[in-house]
Amino acid sequence: MPSRLTTGEVEQVARLAHLALSDQEKVLYARQLADILEYARQVSEIDTREVPPTSHALLQQSIERPDEPRPGLARDEVLSNAPEPARGTGLFKVPRVIG
Amino acid sequence: MKLPGATAFDIQRAVARGEATATEVCRAYLDRIAATDASLHAFTTVTAERALERAARIDAERTRSDAPPLLGVPVAVKDNICIRGVRTTACSRILERFVPPYSATVVDRLERAGAIVLGKTNCDEFAMGSSTENSAFGPSRNPWALDRAPGGSSGGSAAAVAARQAVLGLGSDTGGSVRQPASFCGIVGLKPTYGRVSRYGLIAFASSLDQIGPLALTARDASMVLNVIAGRDANDSTSAPEEAPDYVAALTGEARGLRIGVPRAILAEGVDADVERLFLEALGALRARGATLVDVELPHSRFGIPVYYLVATAEASSNLARYDGVRYGFRAEEDDLQTMYERTRNRGFGAEVKRRIVLGTYVLSAGYYEAYYLKAQQVRTLIRRDYEEAFERVDLVAMPTSPTPPFKLGERVDDPLQMYLADVFTVSASLAGLPAISTPCGFAPGHLPVGLQLTGRMFDEATLLRVADACERDNGWWSEQPSLTT
Repeated sequence: MPSRLTTGEVEQVARLAHLALSDQEKVLYARQLADILEYARQVSEIDTREVPPTSHALLQQSIERPDEPRPGLARDEVLSNAPEPARGTGLFKVPRVIG
Repeated sequence: MKLPGATAFDIQRAVARGEATATEVCRAYLDRIAATDASLHAFTTVTAERALERAARIDAERTRSDAPPLLGVPVAVKDNICIRGVRTTACSRILERFVPPYSATVVDRLERAGAIVLGKTNCDEFAMGSSTENSAFGPSRNPWALDRAPGGSSGGSAAAVAARQAVLGLGSDTGGSVRQPASFCGIVGLKPTYGRVSRYGLIAFASSLDQIGPLALTARDASMVLNVIAGRDANDSTSAPEEAPDYVAALTGEARGLRIGVPRAILAEGVDADVERLFLEALGALRARGATLVDVELPHSRFGIPVYYLVATAEASSNLARYDGVRYGFRAEEDDLQTMYERTRNRGFGAEVKRRIVLGTYVLSAGYYEAYYLKAQQVRTLIRRDYEEAFERVDLVAMPTSPTPPFKLGERVDDPLQMYLADVFTVSASLAGLPAISTPCGFAPGHLPVGLQLTGRMFDEATLLRVADACERDNGWWSEQPSLTT
């Protein structure tokens, strides 16, 4: 595990998360995340051979329900929070995707 | 009956018997908010009109003999829990103008039970923090010492209840966000068992950990809330099918015969001297009530903080992917889609949220997944097993809720790791999915509240509430009102 992070690595990870960062943020996060990861390294000392991971605190069987159609939210209600609904079409509007 | 200041128990009874109207109760609390919230900043939105309308309806319709369990009781709801038609922000710029088209199940259940929502309370952005200082709208203040943090992330709800701006509060707890602010504000805060309470309508942070819980002046009041909100909900597939008992009926005042585990080794690490003294006094009081103290070992709990921050940030980075400027929330206007996403998220999220998204994305990324995320999940199993072993010998585990009394605002904001360590005693119960309560444990010098945390077996909230209630009957700290001064 690396105990240091470069601003380039921070930038690369942020890009995976679709998150732009300022140069200042990259420097700050590189330092702070390195500190946090350094602190987290203590978990690597623990012997976890044969230990299954816990992904969820309730280990019961999955709960199922009949797959019956139910009314959802009204379309205009769903669109009411959109930053830029395409008025009258019932659609969300986004910037051009394909050049 | 003192208004404001009464318990939910007293208010419900008075309104049910016609000794008080829901409207006069509601007005007393709205007046209190108007008089005090400039100094506390517990609320992000006060829904005065909506509250008075509901109170008037309750007063007009109150003819039945079967009074609902929270009739006329004013409630403050953390601003990451949706209420239909009421702005819900998670204290983030990215949701600053979000108005949910539906209510959370907990809100529906509270309102069906006669409770009146006074407004939405301040919290750390997306519930990520331990002081409310990560709120996009500025911090709340601790009613016992205005220059100190009320705890977090549910600090607004805790401050509101402590300052008698509301009778009850709803919070959410992912790694201690109900319990630690309850401790800092001198009130009761319960994190139910994972799955005990529906999360439908709760803005997700870390889905394997998030749980909604009550904040209240007394264990009885917290039990009254849990009675209403606990139980299976078809809208949340992670809500548990187990039948919920009557938590109020469980409050017998009896602690005799209970075996209380004390993980003394954990306490050796960096606990404030006053917190330790008050904790030991609380254990003495429990013994005087007939409980037996048993030393237990939770050897992996000391890894709780790193495990929690690896797991929670990984889940957060995934949950927060939905805020992309398309369907709701803030959008940065840009000509191409990718830049729109990236700048929307840069400008919409605050510093701590971005830090956690980057950390979470990092620990999930190729090459680091096994070393960090998978490893953390395995140690999570060991933390859970430690508790399982302890609960073969004891009924409860006792710890301080927080290693320190409330700290000063501004003291930790520049050092995220230092802020994370505020959760050192609360994260292990979260990782194990266990119910845990914080109940007042006295005051450190400067009259700063300190909390006692009790952790129980899966779905055994009743024992936690019973012991917290028994402690209150002895010490009566809950009835003391904070000064709202520095």
